[in-house]
Amino acid sequence: MLQGWIQIAITITLFVAISPLFGGYMARVFQGQRTLLDPVLNPLEGVIFTLSGVRDRPEMNGWQYTRAVLYSNIAACILVGLILFNQALLPFNPTHLNSSAATWDTILHTLVSFVTNTDQQHYSGESTYTYFSQFAGLGLMFFISCATGIAVAIAFIRGLTGRPLGNFYVDLTQAITRILLPMSLVGGVVMLAAGMPETLAGPVVVPTLENPHISQAIALGPVAHFEIIKELGQNGGGFFGVNSAHPFENPNGFTNLLEIVSMVSISAGLIHTYGAMANNPKQAWYIFNMVLIIYIAFVVVAGINEYNGIPGINQLLGSSQPNLEGKEVRFGWAQSALFLTTTTGTMCGAANSAHDSVMPGSLFIALFNMFLQILWGGEGTGTAYLFAYVILAVFATGLMVGRTPEFLGRKIEQREVVLASLLLLLVHPIVILIPGAITLSFPEVAANVTVPGFYNGIFNPGFHGLSEVIYEYTSAAANNGSGLAGLGNSEPAPSALWWNLSCCVVLAIGRYVPIMALLLLADGMSRKQSVPMTSGTLRTDTKLFAGVAAGVILIVGALTFFPVLALGPVAEAFAVL
Amino acid sequence: MSNSSPSRPLHVPQGPRESRRHTPKTNFKGIYRRALGQSFVKLDPRITVRNPVMFVVWVGTIVTFLVTVNPNLFGDIQADPTEQRVLNGSITVILFFTLLFANFAEAVAEGRGKAQADSLRATRSDTIAHKVLADGTIEEVNSTQLRRGDQVQVLAGSMIPADGEVIQGIGSVDESAITGESAPVLKQPGTDIASSVTGGTKLLSDELLIRVTSDPGQGFIDRMIALVEGAKRTKTPNEIALTVLLAVLTQVFLIVVATVPAIAQFIANFISTLFSQAAANNLQAGASVAVMISLLVALIPTTIGGLLSAIGIAGMDRVAQFNVIATSGRAVEACGDVNTMILDKTGTITFGNRLADEFIPVTDVSSQTLAQVCWLASVFDDTPEGRSIRALAEKLGGAVDLDLATAEGIEFSARTRMSGTNLANGQEIRKGSVEAIKGFVRSRGGQVPDQIDPAYERVSRLGGTPLAVCRDKDIYGIIYLKDIVKPGLRERFDQLRRMGIRTIMLTGDNRITASVIAQEAGVDDFIAEATPEDKISVIRSEQSQGKLVAMTGDGTNDAPALAQANVGVAMNSGTQAAKEAANMVDLDSDPTKLIDLVAIGKQLLITRGALTTFSIANDVAKYFAIIPTIFAAAGIGALNIMGLKSAESAIIAALIYNALVIPALIPLALRGVQFRPVSANQLLQRNILIYGVGGVVAPFIAIKAIDLILPFS
Repeated sequence: MLQGWIQIAITITLFVAISPLFGGYMARVFQGQRTLLDPVLNPLEGVIFTLSGVRDRPEMNGWQYTRAVLYSNIAACILVGLILFNQALLPFNPTHLNSSAATWDTILHTLVSFVTNTDQQHYSGESTYTYFSQFAGLGLMFFISCATGIAVAIAFIRGLTGRPLGNFYVDLTQAITRILLPMSLVGGVVMLAAGMPETLAGPVVVPTLENPHISQAIALGPVAHFEIIKELGQNGGGFFGVNSAHPFENPNGFTNLLEIVSMVSISAGLIHTYGAMANNPKQAWYIFNMVLIIYIAFVVVAGINEYNGIPGINQLLGSSQPNLEGKEVRFGWAQSALFLTTTTGTMCGAANSAHDSVMPGSLFIALFNMFLQILWGGEGTGTAYLFAYVILAVFATGLMVGRTPEFLGRKIEQREVVLASLLLLLVHPIVILIPGAITLSFPEVAANVTVPGFYNGIFNPGFHGLSEVIYEYTSAAANNGSGLAGLGNSEPAPSALWWNLSCCVVLAIGRYVPIMALLLLADGMSRKQSVPMTSGTLRTDTKLFAGVAAGVILIVGALTFFPVLALGPVAEAFAVL
Repeated sequence: MSNSSPSRPLHVPQGPRESRRHTPKTNFKGIYRRALGQSFVKLDPRITVRNPVMFVVWVGTIVTFLVTVNPNLFGDIQADPTEQRVLNGSITVILFFTLLFANFAEAVAEGRGKAQADSLRATRSDTIAHKVLADGTIEEVNSTQLRRGDQVQVLAGSMIPADGEVIQGIGSVDESAITGESAPVLKQPGTDIASSVTGGTKLLSDELLIRVTSDPGQGFIDRMIALVEGAKRTKTPNEIALTVLLAVLTQVFLIVVATVPAIAQFIANFISTLFSQAAANNLQAGASVAVMISLLVALIPTTIGGLLSAIGIAGMDRVAQFNVIATSGRAVEACGDVNTMILDKTGTITFGNRLADEFIPVTDVSSQTLAQVCWLASVFDDTPEGRSIRALAEKLGGAVDLDLATAEGIEFSARTRMSGTNLANGQEIRKGSVEAIKGFVRSRGGQVPDQIDPAYERVSRLGGTPLAVCRDKDIYGIIYLKDIVKPGLRERFDQLRRMGIRTIMLTGDNRITASVIAQEAGVDDFIAEATPEDKISVIRSEQSQGKLVAMTGDGTNDAPALAQANVGVAMNSGTQAAKEAANMVDLDSDPTKLIDLVAIGKQLLITRGALTTFSIANDVAKYFAIIPTIFAAAGIGALNIMGLKSAESAIIAALIYNALVIPALIPLALRGVQFRPVSANQLLQRNILIYGVGGVVAPFIAIKAIDLILPFS
């Protein structure tokens, strides 16, 4: 047991240590300060900006920035859509996948899912998309979607600190050229060295060990470079169907460590970027520590649940064994629990174990993580959400000091409350609970598979079935992308159409409505005159306030989803006991 | 306004404010009885719909009433219909009372405001006014028919019919009806302050010709009446933002609750196959329409939703009780946000009446000669300062036998900064600021004696105002006008500093005097030798840094600054122009009241924030009461950590708590959360503990207690 906790502690220590470096670097990049890569990148970006016509870097307001996000994302969808729909005509197709490998609704879902940085997959990569579709099509989405998130976070921070939002196209380009590309290059080589394949050759056909007369095709592909940006960009869309549980996507403990650290680094770093740009590193550390404490608490809960295992099975065994169902033995309970908590907390959505098989207590944590979206949250958007929560906390409790609530000296008024509460309170119930309730009410649409003696519908009945449906929409709404399985959401199940289309709507609303609200919020804040801090001002850079913010975050998160959590994982936990 | 004026007729009531008689007296009798009636009147959906949170409760009550009549209205419920009727009926009754309680809270606040307004209105009884027509004839009209610009004649012993300005005549006016000061005030035309009269006050002697300055219903009192009655109350920015948050929370819970039946049905299907049909029925009954409405009402922020308007009205009411007329709720809230307070030295920080304490000779004149010159310089000066100089001079044997008719008084002006007397024999006697007198003497070809500067500095170091006196080209000496800092101010400025408010003292005095007084009073900053233009430029420069500025003023030349300031409080003794530029008028004309207004503004915001936090924090306990008991069949009974007896008991207990907490908090809403002048962090710590943590814990205890009392099994 101790070994497991030590593994967890080392991983957490590592990213806590490097996140200020990442954050500081990102702050330098986006404030136009000198960085190491300037000699190479300045001319390169010069060419890109000249060709794309943003050489003068015109400042954008909230609406313009939002429109630029939408235009660029739609353009990416069209481009990648052309690749996916015509993959049979394109090169690098060693398995000869034809155009019927993926139906139109699956491709549509894939496009929306990848462009929103969600990477919810209603398919298995190796049997659906060609190498070209994966590395050129989905690979492009990996960069664009997470660079969009980073750009939005930077614009948001600029706005909060009273600066103009900047130019989306410049931010998008620099997020790719200065952050994602260099890190992916280094990380890809490390991944390669750690044992991941990087090849364009087709699957290897080998006889099985048990029976030499039976042969087995082992899928390969250009995995190493795909894997690093999958984690670093919190995309989470696996090259193979089983994602990071696959030995080629995550061969050993070292790659597992690297993957976990990669998925947290940018989100955790952005909190420090905020500290540097707001010129208040102390406040950044308080907020960072608040997130860290909640995150560690969640990791501990998931870890204990997995370590203690299933009571019924332990009873049969006569000994206490961790829950290893659906887990890779090379990772064990500790690295699986840590991966689970991190991937659901960061909106990465990669998985190194079957989430469907985790203990109800861990499932509770996974769901709660996605409801909150801030532990450490999605690439860029997570940090923005975090500060939107801080603004909401300032408003909810700030009146209690007898002043109009203000954050960084800017008054929080009707507009800010409308946008923050829309963003944090209203979007999730609308896109999770409403489609969830519809699906639960019309199971014949959701899945027309009859399990005899059980409920006609979703593969699992009862509490776990409820969790699966809610998890699917939560994962889509929070742009996480992991799944619980147990749903007829991929072809050839006829119900895949319903899941693909309903998830498309949830994905898009869950991504773009909050981004719009965040940008408008930041835009409004940037135009406000800042009021100097006095002892009568509510200070947001104190332990007390960090505690208050944590309370608001947990209560607001819990209030909306109490009934679902009670009848889903909580009821399941009592049933398992 | 320039404080260098040695002759400023500012009347400042003295003595502790608490001991001052506050008129008008407000009659609170019968408020509760009337509020009870109003609670029912306010059930009118056209009124309820204005408050989204309570409107949801209103609709919920109708629906639960319908399912009391027919429990199976929205689909069959597999439970005993009688039991269902009892449960649904109980829910209906409690929801109805929740509405009544919320209405009652608002009605009580309005009632108190009305009572306040009535007593204000009492000063406003219709009178017959003598309107002077264009051709000079006089017509008797009702005072309500007077329009701005009309001229009226007021005779001794009659009421002044409207707010106005004296344009002719001199008379003494009893203003006790609005200020509580019994001493009559002299009113005459032309003077800055003494020319303004307020409707409802009584002319005691002589007769005045007055130009009406406000239309009926537009006077200060009328505006205040409209505000405290709540009729014209527009929501303040903070209140709007809060209403938005509450509306969003209500929508969130609507979605949450609306989706629960589908989830419960899904689980019930599972339970019926796995366990028993009875358990499934139980689960379905737990998601019945009446129960879901109960859950919804328990979750939406009814506590703050029901008390929000009462808090706002009560805030205005508290201002009115302080004898301050506010022209908008926004102004009261802005008080809480004030960063900088600009205070006049004279009358605000020091007692207004500076008194002559000593005559200091600067040449080798006898003290009697000096006293005579001082007496002569002040013989036409009827300000308290002038009178005190004469009194001191007479004590020193300086009285001169003088026929006033042969002499000419020279009035003080802000430009010359001196006043004095021209005698029949051509002598020019002047007193005024030391610089001005030096200039005067030099212009007459005289010498400035060397001793003047040490004397000037000595007086300044003592915090006094030095005035030089001269006769023709000779300076005779310095008059030491003693200024006394009001007691207890230092503490109040310390409190303000802890609240994060910077105080700036403005004075026409020289730098040394100003710094001595500033240090003695404990203000953060001061501006000496200030002109009226300085005042407005200080306000502008503070505002350009994003600060909110509060100030008091009374003179016409204060009007631009009062208008520029975020909170401008005019003294009732001030001119009409000042009062119109300000957003508050202090009927007691007590400039230090600004400090209390800040506390009231903060208290208003704190009360709103505290009850919002409390209301939202309550939801945790309500969830833990209702969800585990109504869905106990799903095996989550262990979440019922309060050990409530049954689903029925839990729902009713949660709803009773939800309803009762509104009247329980009415006193707090009306009185306001206690405000302490400490730093924001200390306030947050204290209030989050009481209303946040307390808001989580309290309902657990209360709901458990109600559950124990309830007769359900």
